[in-house]
Amino acid sequence: MKNVFRIAGLVGLFVMAGTSVLMAAGGAASPEAISFLSWCAMAAGIGIGIAAVGTGIGQGFGVRGACEGISRNPEASGKIITALILGLAMMESLAIYALVVELILLYANPFIKYVIAA
Amino acid sequence: MEHGFLWLNFITGPLTEYFNNLFKPFVAAHPGAAFFFKDSNMYNQVVYMWLYMLFLIVIGFLATRAIKMVPGILQNFMEVVVEGLRDLLHDNMGEHGMIFFPLIATIAVFIFTANMAGIIPGFFSPTANMNTNAAMAIVVFLLTHVVGIRIHGFKYLKQFMGPVWWMAPIMIPIELIGHLARPLSLTMRLFGNIAGEDLVLGVLLLLVPYVVPLPFLALMIFTSVLQSFVFSLLAMMYISGAMEEAH
Repeated sequence: MKNVFRIAGLVGLFVMAGTSVLMAAGGAASPEAISFLSWCAMAAGIGIGIAAVGTGIGQGFGVRGACEGISRNPEASGKIITALILGLAMMESLAIYALVVELILLYANPFIKYVIAA
Repeated sequence: MEHGFLWLNFITGPLTEYFNNLFKPFVAAHPGAAFFFKDSNMYNQVVYMWLYMLFLIVIGFLATRAIKMVPGILQNFMEVVVEGLRDLLHDNMGEHGMIFFPLIATIAVFIFTANMAGIIPGFFSPTANMNTNAAMAIVVFLLTHVVGIRIHGFKYLKQFMGPVWWMAPIMIPIELIGHLARPLSLTMRLFGNIAGEDLVLGVLLLLVPYVVPLPFLALMIFTSVLQSFVFSLLAMMYISGAMEEAH
């Protein structure tokens, strides 16, 4: 749950920061440019949101398994925690892939040169 | 991406200018190459990587200069680090995997230093740039295959064909993509985490610079430590996976 909040907060920050892309385009951006960039911003936000949902659920399952394992066998907690951290990082990386796509969409958009003519 | 004020800007600025001037005739002859040269501080990650290399080499030299039976402060700290990494390697790779200890420990310590230094204002993490991460990931990837072929001979390549021989046309693309996804995922995981935390801090300082960044700084420290641990752990698991059948 906290993971969802954290990534949703990241999304909000990035979407707000993405408006700087619009401002960098110069004051008079054409309507096509504004429409394209706002679709990009929305795609970025929704993409990260969906990634956050999947990550949150998957990591929740992982932590549940780890807690049950530790409760059954407290002596093996070292190995269980190692496996847990590794699994969490692997699942986190899927959300990070979505984050990287969102960063590309907002900051290094390869199609922006077709839209911002000047 | 601009990075604002960094301490070594006086080195990276002239270095970038020097290299851009050096490549001017090349860019004039090949106009598409201007895409690679338009960043004003594109050698940030190289210069900061040198800085952290220098730092680690100096620390290593100072720690091993006069080794005593009852260690001093620096030697004690480095012993904890080295023994912790050694135990981790021993648990995951066994005794015959200890030959890879220098590589894995260097990767772990360097990524840890590089990640943590990005939190300090004015320093830049070279791991926030995809080139550094890709270099380390490609080294680990090539090492796994070299180790596999050295230990098993060319029978190592038979694992790409799957459990039965007639499934080979299906299994080979799947195994290839799975293997090529490893350096990609190593790179992107580290890059996304560290560059993401840089961006979050930047945006947050733009909005509320006073007390709110503190939990985010704690989160940054946590993810920095975790990502260095995960990179080295995954490297260990890939290498031990390539070694496993013979031993």
